[in-house]
Amino acid sequence: MAELEHDPLRIAGREFTSRLITGTGGATNLATLERALIASGTELTTVAVRRVDAASGTGVFDLLQRLGISVLPNTAGCHTTAEAVLTAQLAREAFETNWVKLEVVADERTLMPDAIELVDAAAALVADGFVVLAYTNDDPVLAARLADLGVAAVMPLGAPIGTGLGILNPHNIEMIVDHCSTAYDEPLPVILDAGVGTASDAARAMELGCDAVLLATAVTRADNPERMASAMRHAVIAGRLAAGAGRIPKRFWAKASSPGLDRRQDVENVDARTR
Amino acid sequence: MTITVNGEPLGIEGEVSVADVVTRLGLPDRGIAVAVDGAVVPRGLWGGHTVTSGAVVEIVTAVQGG
Repeated sequence: MAELEHDPLRIAGREFTSRLITGTGGATNLATLERALIASGTELTTVAVRRVDAASGTGVFDLLQRLGISVLPNTAGCHTTAEAVLTAQLAREAFETNWVKLEVVADERTLMPDAIELVDAAAALVADGFVVLAYTNDDPVLAARLADLGVAAVMPLGAPIGTGLGILNPHNIEMIVDHCSTAYDEPLPVILDAGVGTASDAARAMELGCDAVLLATAVTRADNPERMASAMRHAVIAGRLAAGAGRIPKRFWAKASSPGLDRRQDVENVDARTR
Repeated sequence: MTITVNGEPLGIEGEVSVADVVTRLGLPDRGIAVAVDGAVVPRGLWGGHTVTSGAVVEIVTAVQGG
C-alpha cells in the first residue's frame, strides 16, 4: 500500500489519491449514496445539471461539499454541441469549477457518444477554458482526435452505459492507453468510463493500463451499494498494483511451481537440461 | 408582466432582477446557476441584471447523475 501513496492520479495538474471516480446516478436516496461514496474512497464525483426543484433543492451538491468530494459536472442528456456548451457554462457558474465530463450521446437506446458532435463540443469547451474529461467510444482513432484537441482525459466506455457488461473490447482500450501514454509530452490520463458491472471489471480496466475508473450504477444499483463501493475501491487498487507488477507471460501448458516428488527424477531432469 | 422560470409562467409586478427571482423562489445563492434567454448570467451580475417581460429564465443545480 505504501507505494500507492506515492502514485497519485494526475489530471490537469491536480492530484488524486483515489483512482476511482464515482457517479451519483441511480442511488435510491442520499443517505445510501453518502455511505457508498464514503466506502468508495472517491475524491471526484459526477453530478448532472438540471432545473432546480424547490423541494429537493441543492441536496447532492451540499452532500459532496460536506464530504469534501470534488464535483465533476457532466453534460448528460445533451445531444448537441450547443446544449453541451450551455450546460458546461451553467455548471461552471453553479459549482465554481471549470472541470466538465463531456457527454454528447447520439440516442437513448445506445447512449453512445455522437462522435461528430463530441469532437465539435470538445473543441468549443477547450477553447472556452474548460478542463474537459471526454466520455468517448472505445475507438482509438476518435480518442486520439480528442487528445489532440487538448482534452484533459479521454474516457472510453467499456460497454454501453448502465449495461454492466464489463469491457467488451479490451484490445481497443489497450490501444487507447498506448497512444495516450506515449504520443504527448505528458501522458494523458485514460479513464475507463461506463459498462463496469462488478469489481473484476474495474480491476481489469486498471490491468489494461487505464489510469482510473469511473462508475456509477454498478455501485448505486447493487443490492448493497456500500459493500460494492468498497469492492470497487479495492479492485481499482488491486488492478493498479497488478498493472505495475509485471504479470507472468501466458502459457499454453501447465508449469509446476513445486519441485517433483521423485528426487532422482529431478536430478535426471536437471542433468537433461544441463547436458 | 409574465416571465417563464424553468418552463412555468411567473407573474411579476414591477421591475425585477435575477437576484429578486432567485430570492422569490426561496433558492440558495450557492450551488445554482441562472441563464436568461439562453445565456448564463454570472452570480456577481444577478443584482444588476433586469428580467424583462417574456424572458425565459432557467435555474439549474446538481442532481444525481453520471
